[in-house]
Parts: sequence; C-alpha cells; structure tokens
Amino acid sequence: MQPTMGTQQSSLVKEKVTMKKRSLSRWTETVRPYAYIMPALLFFCLFFFFPIGYMIYLSFHDWSLLDLSAMEWVGLANFQEIMLDSDFHLVVINTIIYTFGTVAISLVLSFFLALWLNRQAKIYGIMQAAVFSPHIISLVSVSMLWMWLMDPQYGLLNAILEFFGFPAYTWLADTSSALLSLILVSVWKGVGYNTIVFIAGLQSIPKDIYEAASLDRAGKLRTLAKITLPMLSPTLFFLTIINLISSFQVFDTIYIMTQGGPVNSTNMLVFYIYEQGMDFYNGGIASAASVVLLGLIGVMTFLHFWFAERRVHYR
Amino acid sequence: MAQVVLKSLVKDYNKQNVVKGIDIVIPDGSFSVLVGPSGCGKSTTLRMIAGLEKVTKGEIWIGNQLVNDLAPGKRDLAMVFQNYALYPTMNVFDNIAFGLRNRGVSKKECKVLVEEISEIVGLTEYLTRMPSQLSGGQRQRVALARAMVKKPKVFLMDEPLSNLDAKLRNQMRVELTGLHKRLGTTFIYVTHDQVEAMTMGDQIIVMDQGTVQQAASPIQLYKEPDNQFVAQFIGSPAMNILSGFQQRLLVGFRPESAKIAGVNQEAPLSDRAQFMKRGNILSREILGSDVLYYVESGQEKLVVKDDLRYLLQEGQEVIVSVNEEDLYLFDQESGIRLRQGINLKEKQKLAGGMT
Repeated sequence: MQPTMGTQQSSLVKEKVTMKKRSLSRWTETVRPYAYIMPALLFFCLFFFFPIGYMIYLSFHDWSLLDLSAMEWVGLANFQEIMLDSDFHLVVINTIIYTFGTVAISLVLSFFLALWLNRQAKIYGIMQAAVFSPHIISLVSVSMLWMWLMDPQYGLLNAILEFFGFPAYTWLADTSSALLSLILVSVWKGVGYNTIVFIAGLQSIPKDIYEAASLDRAGKLRTLAKITLPMLSPTLFFLTIINLISSFQVFDTIYIMTQGGPVNSTNMLVFYIYEQGMDFYNGGIASAASVVLLGLIGVMTFLHFWFAERRVHYR
Repeated sequence: MAQVVLKSLVKDYNKQNVVKGIDIVIPDGSFSVLVGPSGCGKSTTLRMIAGLEKVTKGEIWIGNQLVNDLAPGKRDLAMVFQNYALYPTMNVFDNIAFGLRNRGVSKKECKVLVEEISEIVGLTEYLTRMPSQLSGGQRQRVALARAMVKKPKVFLMDEPLSNLDAKLRNQMRVELTGLHKRLGTTFIYVTHDQVEAMTMGDQIIVMDQGTVQQAASPIQLYKEPDNQFVAQFIGSPAMNILSGFQQRLLVGFRPESAKIAGVNQEAPLSDRAQFMKRGNILSREILGSDVLYYVESGQEKLVVKDDLRYLLQEGQEVIVSVNEEDLYLFDQESGIRLRQGINLKEKQKLAGGMT
C-alpha cells in the first residue's frame, strides 16, 4: 500500500526530531567531559596559570608596589639588568651551592641513618622519633634556636669547641662560614623527614630478595649497591625532587638568621626577589628574577625526570 | 650432590617451640618433600637448611660438612622461593648471572652459562626483559634458572608452584620432576599440598606441629600410615575416621576403598565386606569419572568415592561396606595406628559394623 501525503509528512517530522535529538546528545557527549573538569580547570587557571602568566607579564615592565599605575613596558631590560648584575650572579651561585650542599648532605646522611634505624627494637623507634622531631618544629623557632647555638660569644657550639680546646668558629658572622652554617641548619631540619621516608622505602623491599641475595653470595656492600639502592630509586627520586625545590626556595632561614648577609654571602634567589620587590620597590627586577627561578627549577625538574626515566625502577 | 641430615633440630621463636627436635635423613639425589598443614614447621626447617634461620639446637649436615654456622651463600645450595624473589631492578640475564658474578665467574663464562640454562628452561627470548614484564610461569622459570645455573649440591624449594594457576602448576610439576631426573641433584621441596607431594616426591616427610609424623615413599604413606594424622592428611578426599565400638579406638577407611549401594537395590557390595554402615546420602559431587557421596550415618558423616555406573540419588538410604583389609584402626588418644594383635573378627567388632 502506498503511504499517503499525511503519513509521509509526519514521518519526515519524526525523522527531523530524532536527528535533532541525536545531534543534541552528540553535543552533550562532547561537552560533558569538559564540564566535569571545568571547576578544577578554573581553580588551576585562577590560582596557578594566571599568577605565573601575570608574573611573566610583569617581568617585562618597570613597576613598583608604591605606584602600580605607573607601569612601563621595558621589554627584556629587566632580564638584561639582572644578567649584568654581579650581585645577582652571587645570589644564583649562593643558591646553587646551598641547594646542592643541603640536598647532597641531607640525602646521604638520612640514607645511612635510615639504614641504621631500620630495625625492630624499641630503641630504634625512639631514635626515629627523635630524628624526625626537628621536622615538626616551626622554621622560625629552629632559626632562633640555631642563632643562639651559633652565637660567636654566647653560643653553645663555640662553648663546646672551646671546651675541647678548639678555636671559636665564626659561624654566621663571617662571609666564608655563613652559607655553610645555613646549610647545617637546613640539613638538621630536613634530615628527619628524609630518614623516615627512606625507612618507609626500605621496609617496602621484600625480605626474600635479601635472602635470595645472601644465597647468591652477595656481600653487604654489593647488596647495598645492587639491591637496596636500585630498589630505593623511586624514594630517592622523590626526595631529591622535593628537597631540590624546597632548597631553591629557601627564604625564612635567611630572613631570620642573616638577612642575606654578611655582605650578600647568604643572599639567595627568593630573598633577593623579596628584597627587590619589598625593600627596593623594584617590581620589574623582582619579577624577572622570579622568572629565572621558575626557569631554573623547571630545567632541573626536567633533567631529573629525564635521568629518572633511565635510572628509577618502579616495581 | 649431597645427602642432607638433620639431627635433633630445634627452632624456637620468642620461647615458642616451632620445630621440636626433628631427625631426618634426605638421601643423596632424592626428591624429598616436606609436607604438612600451615604452621607445622616445614618452611622453618627448609629455611634452617638454607641458613636463613638460626638453628636453636641440633645439627644440619650437608654432605660431610656441619653447616650450622656457615653463611647461606657458602652452603652450596640454591633456593626457589614462593614469590620467586627475583631482583626486580635487574633483567632476566642479570637475575640469573648475579650469583655467578658474586662467585667471581668471568663475564665470558657467565654469558655462556646463562645462555645455556636459558635454553634449557626456555627463556632465551626473554633475557633482556625485566621481571615485571614476565608472566607467572616465566618468572618461575627465571627463579629455576637462577638456582640451576649455580650447579648447587642441593635444591631447596619453598612452595614454588603455589602462585601459579592450576594448569600451569600441573605442567610445572611434570617439568620439575623431569628436571630432577636430569640433574640427579638432591631436591628438598616444601608444600602444603599433598597431591603435589604425592606426585613429585620419592620420599615424603609429613610434618605436624613441629614434629615429623612419618617419612616414607608416597605409596607407603598412602597404604601404611603410621598414625591418624598421616592417614587423614594423605589422600584426597581424606580418610573416613569413625569412632569404634570401644571408646579407645577409631576405625578408618579410604573413601575410594568403600562400596556403596541403595538398601533396596541389588547391591554391588563386595562379598568379602566385613564392615557395613547404613545411612542416607546428604549430597553428592560428580567429578567426571567419579562421584563423591557424603553419607550421614547416625551421628557420623562419611565420604565414599564411587564410579558413575550406579548413580545414587541425594536422600537415598544406602549401605556402605568396606573390606577387612582396607580398614585401619587407631588409638583414640595417641592417634597411633594399631597394626598387630587384632584379628578380623575383633576388627569387625571394634568397628561396630553391622552384619
């Protein structure tokens, strides 16, 4: 039977409606995932990407916190200035020495502490808690404490040195020893956390692997080099990254203990940025230095991940 | 190759006596299996042989050497662990070669030996892979290759098949026994699975609560168990144990040696049947060629294994009969098997069988 005009029309209308519905549902399907991630994306944009972008934008301007309306485009002049500034060179060198000194000493020390403290007896639990305790003390208190300990005249450290017949050390008072003293404080503060993370890593290594190694006649040093260290590589990688980043961003200790002195010998990137922005009202230079810091941390993290891809063994 | 002798071996953990003075002789070149339920001390015994646990008391001899105070690596033995214990950060080649390198074998020789062993266990294609990239069976082979390449005097294996699926486990069982025949080395194998023990070992040492219950060949263990524990542990399904006519005795028979027939049926019972029990079929399990009947007889429950010729129904009233020579009597208190001094009639009477 031939369909009438009326039925043909109604079927056409139905087809159009279903097509519309289909395209609507396809559109919904496309949009839905973006809608789901929108809140998080907005959060990141507002609090992460925008500040970073704005910081880069500010680094191309000459501006001051005193008068934000008088912002002037200067292109790369701020970068040129800091690159030619010998103080900034010193700040970068100080930051690099401090970072590598702190990270290397802290990681090596905490690794051996972890090897020593990774035992069952109660005394080792107490020792772990003792080693970890500096981590939970505020950095301000730690800095105040160490300022007293390192005081050249009334400090405990010099008193001990003198008691044993050694000459008093200059600690924070001399350009040659101030940076080393800050490294000492940071290592003292950070070593406990690293040790606990290392212990957690050590405890996750199955015991039977060590047993297999002992049956394979592996000595203690060989077991450490061939079993323990490779098995700990994810932990080592994690600790290196977070220690590097936090050392690069050191501020509180310098602010409280040395104010960057004596003679800029403990001035580092974040303190330099603070000084330029807040003390000298030199916003452009501060922003440019922040971009350099961001770049340095970025490059280091990239290099580290590149290395980790080849050397870190995830089980 | 070496004989392993354990003399009055004791192991205490925090004042808890885990191994209670065991004496075992593991003949040179034998495939000996330590079998028993969880916590019976079999793994601890193996670990003491390996040197991974300190001996509290007693002696361990490997060949002519007392090894109590010898480091694990110097005992000249190799072990395959339950979880394989492969080095996760080394590839297959390095896993196998690690022990050789520690022994100072040259790089060149190492390569030759590893390749030779890999060929035998079928790992040649996987030498550059990491353990995480291998299947369970392949990891098992790496663990075996790692043990074999050292050419040890004794192989120790701690439940090495328990992480494999049923099919692979069967396959590996055959391969392991084949390997033992080819190498001719002493194998000491720990398992809780009596089927594994029966199919692989030429000497089975049954352990319970830190003591050796019986050490014998598989057939002897099955046919002549020394006590109730061994009788029930060896054989699947386990031996039926029923209380005897007298309080101090228990009577046992294997499910596969009993006959079962419906009460109103023309029974296929043995004309030599000396022990009979009347009961009802609670449930049945058809295994393919066989069927298991779970029968309730008064207060007691028993299992009978039969073929599929006369399939009986659940709830059906049946008679279970056992020949006299298939009956075992045990002392109720000690569980020790009574072998002598009880004649046919007495056995029948003691078993409380109906006639």
